[in-house]
Amino acid sequence: MRARRRQRLLIILAMLALAAIAAGLMLYALRSNINLFFSPVQVVAGEAPLGRPIRAGGLVAEGSVERDPQSLDIRFSVTDHVESIEVRYSGILPDLFREGQGVVVLGELQPGGWVRAEEVLARHDENYMPPEVAEALKEAGHAPEDYRDKAAEVGQRLDSRQRADQE
Amino acid sequence: MMWAFLHKLASPQGFYALSARLSPWCWGLAACLIGGGMIWGLGFAPADYQQGNSFRIIYVHVPAALLAQSIYVAMALAGLVFLVWRVKLADMAATAMAPLGAGMTFLALFSGAVWGVPTWGTWWQWDARLTSMLILLFLYIGVLALRGALGTRQSAARAASVLTLVGVINIPIIKYSVEWWYTLHQPATFSVTSRPAMPAEMWLPLLVMVLGFYCLFLAVTLTRTRHEILRREASRRWVQALTGEGP
Repeated sequence: MRARRRQRLLIILAMLALAAIAAGLMLYALRSNINLFFSPVQVVAGEAPLGRPIRAGGLVAEGSVERDPQSLDIRFSVTDHVESIEVRYSGILPDLFREGQGVVVLGELQPGGWVRAEEVLARHDENYMPPEVAEALKEAGHAPEDYRDKAAEVGQRLDSRQRADQE
Repeated sequence: MMWAFLHKLASPQGFYALSARLSPWCWGLAACLIGGGMIWGLGFAPADYQQGNSFRIIYVHVPAALLAQSIYVAMALAGLVFLVWRVKLADMAATAMAPLGAGMTFLALFSGAVWGVPTWGTWWQWDARLTSMLILLFLYIGVLALRGALGTRQSAARAASVLTLVGVINIPIIKYSVEWWYTLHQPATFSVTSRPAMPAEMWLPLLVMVLGFYCLFLAVTLTRTRHEILRREASRRWVQALTGEGP
C-alpha cells in the first residue's frame, strides 16, 4: 500500500515537472512578446521595429516636457537614464503624467528615432505615501535618487543581456 | 497521538464535529476584521500623494488578489492529498473552496480595472500580470465546469484534481511576472523579506483587511465543506441520525 502511494506521488510530481518545463519553454520562446514595452536602450539598439505599432516605456525625463499652448500637442522624452527617445503626442494625458513619472507610450517609431504616440499610459511604482511625507522627501532631495538607482539596475541588466546575445 | 488526531480530522464525521465549533469564530473574526479594516482604510488612512483617494482600492484589491492565489494553492494541495492518499475529505474541501477563489480572482481583476482607469489611463492591457491573472480565472472556471459536468463521481474528483495541480504552475508566473518582464503593473508592495513601501498608517489597515479576508476564506471553507459532507454522505448512518431522515 505504501509503495502504491509513493508511486502515485511520483507520477504526480513527474506530471508537474513536465508541465512546468513545457510552460517554461513556452514563456522562454515568447519572452520578447510578453514584455509589454521596449525600453529606450532597446529602441536605440534597434530592437524595436520601424513603422509598426510598438510600446516604449520609461520615465518622463526631467525638464523635457514641451506643451504647445495652442493645442493638445506635447513633446517629451522617455528615458531609462541610459538612453532617451523623443515622444510626440496629441491628446489627453492620464492624471499621473508628470516629469519623473513612469509611462508607457503606444505608437509608431519614426525613421528619425522618435515615437509618434497614439496613447500614453502612466505607470506607478510600488511606493505609496501620504502627501506630507512626499513633500518632506522632496525637500530632502530624496525621491529621484530611488528612481535613478532602479533605472541604473535595469540598464545594467539589459547591457549584460545584450553582451550575452552578441557572444 | 498526532496521527490519531489527523485520522479523526480526515474523517468526514470528525471534521463535521470539529468544524461546527470552529466556524462561528471564523465568521465572527472575519466580520470584525473586514468591517474594522474597511472603516480604517477607507475613512482614516491618509490619501496617496500621487493617486489621491483612488489609492484606497488597494484595501480590497490586494487582499482579493492574495486570496485568489492562496485559495488556488490550497485547492492544489487538497488535490494532491486526494490523489495520493485518497482522502475524500480533501476533495470535498477543494470543491468547497473553488467558487470563492473564482469570485476573489474576479474581484481582483475588476478592482484592478477600476483602479487602472484613473492611474494608468486604461482599464486593461495585455501585460504579463493582468493576463496571467485572467488565466487563473479561466482555470477556476475550468475546475468549476468540470465538477459541474461530471457531478460528484470519483472521476470528477480525479479530473478536477489533476487540472488544479497542472494549473498551479500559473501561480509562480503570476507572482514573478512583474519581475521577469516589463509590465504596466507595478512590483509587489509587500514582501516577507523587506519593509513595506508605505508608512504604517497605510499598511496597518491593509494588514487587517488581509487577515480578515483569510478568516473569511476559512469560514466559507468550513461552512461549505460541512454542506458538501452532508450532501455526499447523505446515505451514511451518522448523517441520517443527525438529520432524522432515512430508514
